[in-house]
Amino acid sequence: MSLLCAEGPTAVEALSDAGISLLWHPALSRETGAEALALLQAVEAGEIPLDILCVEGAIARGPRGTGRYQMLSGTGRSLMDWTQALAAKAQHVVAVGTCAAYGGVTAAGGNPSDACGLQYDGALPGGLLPAAFRGRAGLPVINIAGCPTHPGWVTETLMLLAGGALAAGDLDGLQRPRFYADNLVHHGCPKNEFYEYKASARELSDLGCMMENLGCIGTQAVGDCNIRPWNGEGSCTRGGYPCINCTAPEFEDPRHAFTETPKLAGIPVGLPTDMPKAWFMALASLSKAATPDRIGRNAVADRIVVPPTLRTKK
Amino acid sequence: MTEGPARLVMGPFNRVEGDLEVTLEIAEGRVAAARINAPLFRGFERMLEGRDPRDALTITPRICGICSISQSAAAARALADAMGLAPEPQGALVAALIHAVENVADHLTHFHLFFMPDFTRPVYDTRPWHGRMVDRFTAATGSALTRAVAARAELFHILGMMAGKWPHTLAIQPGGVTKAPTARDRARILATLRSFRRYLEEVLFGAPVEAFADLASLAALERWATGDVALFLEAAADLDLAHLGRGSGRYLSFGAYPLPEGPVFAAGLWDGSRRSVDPAAIREDLSHAWMLGEARHPSQGETRPDEDMAAPAYSWCKAPRLDGRTVETGALARQIVDGHPLALALAAEGGVRARVAARLLEIARTQLVMETLATGIRPEAAFMARGTLPRDGAGMGLVEAARGALGHWLTIERGRIARYQIIAPTTWNFSPRDAAGVPGPVEAALEGAPVQPGETTPVSVQHIVRSFDPCMVCTVH
Repeated sequence: MSLLCAEGPTAVEALSDAGISLLWHPALSRETGAEALALLQAVEAGEIPLDILCVEGAIARGPRGTGRYQMLSGTGRSLMDWTQALAAKAQHVVAVGTCAAYGGVTAAGGNPSDACGLQYDGALPGGLLPAAFRGRAGLPVINIAGCPTHPGWVTETLMLLAGGALAAGDLDGLQRPRFYADNLVHHGCPKNEFYEYKASARELSDLGCMMENLGCIGTQAVGDCNIRPWNGEGSCTRGGYPCINCTAPEFEDPRHAFTETPKLAGIPVGLPTDMPKAWFMALASLSKAATPDRIGRNAVADRIVVPPTLRTKK
Repeated sequence: MTEGPARLVMGPFNRVEGDLEVTLEIAEGRVAAARINAPLFRGFERMLEGRDPRDALTITPRICGICSISQSAAAARALADAMGLAPEPQGALVAALIHAVENVADHLTHFHLFFMPDFTRPVYDTRPWHGRMVDRFTAATGSALTRAVAARAELFHILGMMAGKWPHTLAIQPGGVTKAPTARDRARILATLRSFRRYLEEVLFGAPVEAFADLASLAALERWATGDVALFLEAAADLDLAHLGRGSGRYLSFGAYPLPEGPVFAAGLWDGSRRSVDPAAIREDLSHAWMLGEARHPSQGETRPDEDMAAPAYSWCKAPRLDGRTVETGALARQIVDGHPLALALAAEGGVRARVAARLLEIARTQLVMETLATGIRPEAAFMARGTLPRDGAGMGLVEAARGALGHWLTIERGRIARYQIIAPTTWNFSPRDAAGVPGPVEAALEGAPVQPGETTPVSVQHIVRSFDPCMVCTVH
């Protein structure tokens, strides 16, 4: 449903304009029951070509490997079975969302339904489909990971595929499209000035950087979330709550409360990506000592209480 | 598909949220009995056990990509209840606004994407309205759908601003909301709402929203002649949808948008007159669910799937009952319980037309509610109260999702979640039979539905099922 938030133009228009016709979508298509089943059977039989198979949601393998926790209604077959059958016919297979990519929240806790992703089981390669699986056009499963996914990530991936402009090198090490996965959530975060001085929020609704206390891992999480807006002008950190790394496998089980930073001897565990630890520690203590009063006070307020000093001509 | 003329299995049943299978027994051209299967089990309640209680705010919204904020709101209230914390009044107001945006968007999505496209089917191609339906409501691409989806996306700018994104926000917290709106934010929210009003008045209602919100009788409803609403009413009259798929007449609402002075839409049970709801009288019956254990109150409930999927069970959905009886929940129930005159007139009708008309009524009324809430934002106020979670305790969070009454029940032991139970609106409406053999509300409403010769996926059944707007992913969770 997040796909329907696409704007300029809407999702259906964007795909149609790119020459993509929707064979069947569980929320959008008219065909239901017998009509839908006939269509799926025709695809499985190879009578209707399938360019792109998009799968939302993790695949349940339980109970006991039967897949019966998730049956495709009216067919007597599991989603596990259907997805394997249809993936074998598809030019491209796309996992939409972190659940379909890696298992995601559906695999949280004890993973009650024994769920996995299409080509990953958590961070381990090989899920419903083996690690060696390739779509007929030669690519592995394309993981549009995110919980939720940005509607632009989905429409743009599909537009690139339709235009023959997405190659294996355009996917990162976890098979995510690099056009969004080469960025960090930290990029463009409006709390960057607080981050620079380690001026930290103490509680949710404080304006300061949420890395030190509130579990934010935007400096390690991939995504262009703060570069392109969500729903007009949003992002998690703009909304006042931490990035929980929802584009990554196993984000669902961080082994600490999502909104609390785990610490060792008072120092947060987990460093910004590509940052040497000694330098980070040195810079952090230096910048913390140098925090301007304005930034320090605003960091622990829910609104700007000290505006920037106006520059005056000398 | 069919196993002889007397039995039909309908699926994949699309244009509902999630997975749904309907099995019909047919006799003399009518549905004699219906069984609803929610064929997906994921076990969210089990995933929460052993976690930090605050994690419920991250995990439960992800049950669903359509009612995500409703799950947030219920989790936040359950935690606040356990903490003995009242949210800051202005925090509650912003949370209500965020929630109202999702609910009204769900109604819009349901009407345009899920419900109306059935009228474009070839089975109706001799009807006088069919051509206009095809223009406006062809699945995925109809002109009304495109406008509605664009209006919804723009309305969601309020969520981008106040909730960070949609779905799966962490903005709603037990003590209020994580972002304090500025005067500029308030002005922008009001501008977005004016734009949404313009869409509603130019396209959906074709008249001022107040005119629809003020309708007070069935006769006045039937005289409504503008916008896409009129097209629905024309088809509904032609096909006699008023008398299709009647419910039990018992309606439940937990009360929508809690503010310090009380909910914006009242809480209660209606069965001819309004009474208060006693949540202690809820039991989840497991006799026909693939679940092990006994019928219990959700505060003592458990979720242990039966891996053998043994008969007579036929669904992963439990069967909640209030005082031992089925109840219908949703926009119709909410507006009846709130005492709106048109809804009270629709209460006795209780069928497909009533459910859809009540959703339209609620779109109009919620636009007015959102405008009042946004106008009431005071940027100088506090938006978040602080509290602490008990090491041992319990909490209950009752809210109204678009589809109706949603409850979370939480037990905390030694600082961790020991038990978490959820009853979603569709759990009530799409529940299977109980130990007494009484069918769930939709199962009962389907009895008597006409089935034409040769129909494998009876269109009357589709109208009835979609009139309830099921969210199947929330149902079992």
